[in-house]
Amino acid sequence: MQFSSYAKTLAAAFSVVVIAGCSSSGGTQDGDQGGMTSGAQTSGTSSSTGAAGQGYGQGQQGQIPSVRTVYFDFDRDTIRAEFESVLNQHAAYLRANPSTQVVLEGHTDERGTREYNLGLGERRANAVRQYLTVQGVNASQLEVVSYGEERPAASGRTEEAYAQNRRVVFDY
Amino acid sequence: MRRLVALTGMLMMLVASAYARAELNIQITRSSDQAIPIAIAPFTANGQQLPQDVSQIIENDLRNSGQFSPLPRDRQVGNPAPGDQIDYQAWQASRANYLVVGRVEPNGNGYRITYELHDVFGNARELGEVVTSGPDQLRSRAHYVADQIFEKITGIRGAFQTRIAYITSQGVDPNISFALYVADQDGYNPQQVLTSNQPVLSPTWSPDGGKLAYVSFESGRPAIYVQDLATGRRLQLTSFTGINGAPAWSPDGRKMAMSLSKDGTPDIYVMDLATRNLERLTNNSAINTEPDYSPDGSSLIFTSDRSGQPQLYRYDFAAGQAQRLTFTGNYNAGGHYSPDGETVFMVTRTDRGYQVAKQDLATNRVTVLTDTGWDEAPAIAPNGTMVVYATQQGTRGVLGAVSADGRASFVIPSPEGNVREPAWSPFLN
Repeated sequence: MQFSSYAKTLAAAFSVVVIAGCSSSGGTQDGDQGGMTSGAQTSGTSSSTGAAGQGYGQGQQGQIPSVRTVYFDFDRDTIRAEFESVLNQHAAYLRANPSTQVVLEGHTDERGTREYNLGLGERRANAVRQYLTVQGVNASQLEVVSYGEERPAASGRTEEAYAQNRRVVFDY
Repeated sequence: MRRLVALTGMLMMLVASAYARAELNIQITRSSDQAIPIAIAPFTANGQQLPQDVSQIIENDLRNSGQFSPLPRDRQVGNPAPGDQIDYQAWQASRANYLVVGRVEPNGNGYRITYELHDVFGNARELGEVVTSGPDQLRSRAHYVADQIFEKITGIRGAFQTRIAYITSQGVDPNISFALYVADQDGYNPQQVLTSNQPVLSPTWSPDGGKLAYVSFESGRPAIYVQDLATGRRLQLTSFTGINGAPAWSPDGRKMAMSLSKDGTPDIYVMDLATRNLERLTNNSAINTEPDYSPDGSSLIFTSDRSGQPQLYRYDFAAGQAQRLTFTGNYNAGGHYSPDGETVFMVTRTDRGYQVAKQDLATNRVTVLTDTGWDEAPAIAPNGTMVVYATQQGTRGVLGAVSADGRASFVIPSPEGNVREPAWSPFLN
């Protein structure tokens, strides 16, 4: 089923980690909003690290775009104009590498109920997915996973923290 | 996809937490002016040192219910014991309406608790009982005594022997740890049910109190799990594409409502737990989530933003359709029925932020119950008298509690990390 094919992708990604080691120093760059680490760098069962993503990109058409996070306004799922160029880079990369899969992680800030926020995070990731498919990316390359408010990138009850948490992360 | 997942050491541990013995300094934030004055005389123990202060546990239970105002010990009139002649006039002068006296004695390798409840102004003994306790049961037997006193005076069944499940988390992405705990209703005896480095959320009790359902991302995708609390055994109930969220048991325990986005956007489905057959209740492009069955099982409420903002709707199983329930404010979500089905508790957005409120279903009148702008996840005691919810204190997520009439409230500080998403068990005795 879908989970087993995902597991294979995971296994492949981890084997690349072993081969590529941690030689890359630029693999965890994220958005331009100050000091955030890539959402791809989770432990345990989640997907590959930034270093693996970098390694994965070797031998393919170009590099995975280094900016892998786009941000959203409160209670909105519309793509902000300033992030269209980021999405266009990912679209170009994915078109050039039709066998590459990416998970679009949807996130929200902490306000509101958790289960409703799962829905909001999914809506944001779907907006990115829709944008990419309009740009010619094959939908089968894209998977949406919403984390809602469960994995904040920044803690605290400030507008700055909220703004950093309302995001979609490309997890290659 | 029926799959029994055995206990694995890393992921799940049914172990007593290091905080099991930590003192919980509950902070009273609001006291009811209608609380009933009651004196709980220190239970005598023949000079013996008891592992638990039985009368203090009873006193805390009654105070935290919001319905009683215990008389400080230094204003009590002597220290009468069971069987003593009570000087009712002296206790009337101390302004206590009721008096509890008790004694704890060794009994085999355990204890024997003798207690009496006196109506001070009625000049009469209302209750007298002898309760036996195993060596490690003093706390739970003290809760039993509090239940008897509570019910005798209020006419409402006590809920002091119930438990609360909740989620804890520490850290920010990508280094967050999550855990699911079950503790006594007063916060003592926390037991770790699950730990994970991926999100765990939405714990909910089976109607018989023996199992928890919850959402876990441990496979890298959200899935609903059901775990037996006595054995630790669990099964993965769902693994659909997309959101697998918001599990809610039907009152008869045979079905589970949930939110699934496998067909595009989150909709409400009901799964027959024996056959795994799914029935779809909503079909639109909005977010439909957070189902909660009415106590009689004839309907369920859920959150939907089909109108543009989240509001509560009620799906009637006989009619096969949903009607909007909330019209006050532009954000109402996470609804839970009161045990009598006459009230819905929910999260509402006000000019202060997100607060716990209740809506009377007969009059549709909405009453905000909590004080901060970060209050959510109301969980109602099985006797309907108290609501525990998630709030914030400083930079920490903690649990707060408020009486269902809004008159009394307190905060339970957390030793570390964030505590949230409480779920109150059904009656367990």
